[in-house]
Amino acid sequence: MSTNGSVTAVGSQMRSYYGRPIVKEPVWQRQVPVYFFTGGIAGACSVLHGLGRVTRNDGLAKTALYVGAAADLASPILLVSDLGRPERFLNMLRVFKVTSPMSVGSWILLASGSASATAALLELAGRLRPVKWAAEAVSFVTGPPLATYTGALVANTAIPVWSEARGELPWLFGASAAASGGAATILFAPSNSAGPARRAALVGAVAELGLAQLMERRLGFVGEVYRQGEAGRYGRLAKSCTAAGAALLAWRGRRSRLAATVGGALLLAGSAALRFSVFEAGVQSARDPRYVVATQRERLREKEHA
Amino acid sequence: MTTPMQPTGAPAAWPDTYGEDAKPRVGFFTDTSICIGCKACEVACKEWNLIPEDGRVWTGESYDNTSALGANSWRHVAFVEQRKPLRLAEPFPEADARAGEAGSAGAQPAEVGVADLRWLMASDVCKHCTHAGCLDVCPTGALFRTEFGTVVVQEDVCNGCGYCVPTCPFGVLDKRDLARSPDDAPLALPLFGKKEDGRVWKCTLCYDRLKGGLEPACAKACPTDSIQFDELDELRKRAERRLEKLRVERWNGARLYGQDAGDGVGGFGAFFLLLDEPEVYGLPPDPVVPTAHLPKLWRTTALAAAGLLAGIAAAFVGGRE
Repeated sequence: MSTNGSVTAVGSQMRSYYGRPIVKEPVWQRQVPVYFFTGGIAGACSVLHGLGRVTRNDGLAKTALYVGAAADLASPILLVSDLGRPERFLNMLRVFKVTSPMSVGSWILLASGSASATAALLELAGRLRPVKWAAEAVSFVTGPPLATYTGALVANTAIPVWSEARGELPWLFGASAAASGGAATILFAPSNSAGPARRAALVGAVAELGLAQLMERRLGFVGEVYRQGEAGRYGRLAKSCTAAGAALLAWRGRRSRLAATVGGALLLAGSAALRFSVFEAGVQSARDPRYVVATQRERLREKEHA
Repeated sequence: MTTPMQPTGAPAAWPDTYGEDAKPRVGFFTDTSICIGCKACEVACKEWNLIPEDGRVWTGESYDNTSALGANSWRHVAFVEQRKPLRLAEPFPEADARAGEAGSAGAQPAEVGVADLRWLMASDVCKHCTHAGCLDVCPTGALFRTEFGTVVVQEDVCNGCGYCVPTCPFGVLDKRDLARSPDDAPLALPLFGKKEDGRVWKCTLCYDRLKGGLEPACAKACPTDSIQFDELDELRKRAERRLEKLRVERWNGARLYGQDAGDGVGGFGAFFLLLDEPEVYGLPPDPVVPTAHLPKLWRTTALAAAGLLAGIAAAFVGGRE
C-alpha cells in the first residue's frame, strides 16, 4: 500500500504523509549562495586592508580595499535581485530586529558597504583623508561580522541540516571568508606585499577543510545529504579545489606569481563551491521529511530519558 | 530583545503593546475526529481571501489534491488511509486516561481485522504560534502580531525576501510566484522588472472578519464543527473535555497536538485533536521555534568573527615579507 508510506531510518520505523516535506525548502535563488561568497570576501578584505594599513603594507592595504569594496558593492545587488519585490528593498531598513539575522545583516552590510565604498573612492581621489580613515575604521569593524553572520542566517531556520549545524556554520563561513578574501587579494596584490594575504588564505583554507569535515560528522544521520546529489557534488568540488589551492600556495606561492595566481583562483572556486554545497544541502534536507522527523524524534527520546 | 527567547508565556508584542485595544487571544481548535473531508474550509478560505488557483493536479493520494499548505492554500485537508482499528480493544484504565498523551500507552489495539480501515481526515492551517519564528525573522516588520494574538503578513510591506519560508517549523508560508505576463516591463532591467506577486502569503485567521466581529471563513463553513473558533483559553478547556470523552470511548491514538504552552513554540494558537502521530499527517512531532537557539547562535557568530580577525592578524605576525 503506497498510502502513508513507511520508511525505515536510524533503525526505527518512521512515517510520513505520502513522503511530502514537512518544512518548506528555501525559495532563495542562486544569488544568495553567491552573496554568501562575496560577503565573505568583503568581510575578510576589510580586515586584511585594516591590518595592512596598521602594518604599513600599503600595497596589500590598497588591493584589499579595492577588492573588498567591489565585493561589498556586488553584495546588495545580488540580494536585491533575489527579492520577490526588488523595488521594496528599502523596507529592510524600516526596522532593526536582533531576532532576525537578516535584519541585523542588512544593517551590517549597509554600514560595511558604504564604508568600504567611501574609503575606496577617497583612496582613488586622494582626498579627505580624515573621512577616509573613519570609513576604513568602520569597514574594519563591520568586516568580520559581515563574514560570519551569514552562517547564523541559515542556521536560524527549521531546515534540519542547517539548524543542527548551528555550532559550526558561523565558523565555517568565517574560515571560508578568510580563504577567499586572502585568495582574491593575492590575485591583484603586488608579489612583494602579498605575504599576509597568502598566509591568511592558507589558514582559512585549512580551517575550512577541517570545519566542513567536523560539521558533517557531527550532523550524524542528517549529514548524509552532504554526500548526495548537488550538495555532494559541490562539496567534493569545494574540498578538492581548496586542498589543491592550499597545497599549491604553500609549496610555490611565495616564489612563483603563476603558482600564487592559480592557487588563489582554486581557493576562490573552493570557497564558492562550499557555499553552494551548504545551500543545496539545506534544500535537499528540507525535501525529505525523514530528516525533520528523525531529528525531532531523537530530541523527544532524549527529553524522555532526561 | 523581544520575547521569543523565553521558553513559555505570552506571545511577543501582545497584549501589552496594544493597551486598551488588546483583545482576548483567539484561535482554532481543529477536532479531526469529526472531520468528514468535505473541504468546505479550503473553498471558503479561497473565496473569502481571493486566493488564486493552486494548480489542478490529481495526486492519487486518497482524496487529497491540495497536498500541502502554501501561498495559495491556507487550509489543507489531509486524507490518510490506514489498516488500523478505530477503537482500542481493552477498556481504558482510569489512570491512563488522566496520565497524559498518546492513548496507546496502556491498552493494546485489537488485532487488525479485514474490516479495519481507518480513513483519517484533518484540516491543517497556520498554527499562529505563541513564539512565531516567521514573525521573529521578518526583516521588514511585514509580519506582525495582531491585537487578537494572531500572526499576519502585511501585503503592502512584504518585499518577498523569503526568510520566513524555511524558518516556519510547519512549512506554512510560501512565496507566491505568478507567471509574468508579456506586458510586464519588457524593456526594463530584469532586476526591477514588474512581477505579478513575489510576496509571501499565509492564513491571516481572517483578520478582516475578526475586525468586523465575524468568525473566520473556514470555521463558519465547517459543517461538523471540526473547526472551532473561539477564545484560546475556552478552546483548550473544550479540547480537554473532548479528549476525555474519546478516551472513554477507546478511540485509537486520540491525542491533542499543540495545546501545551510548554512546547517548543509556546503552544499553538490553532491546535488539533489527532488520531495518530503528528508525522502521519505531515506535521512535525516536536516543533521548536528556530529563534529559541538564537542567543547562543549570536554568541557563536561573534566568536567566529573574533576568530576570523585573530586568524588574519596571525597571518600578519607570522611571516618575513
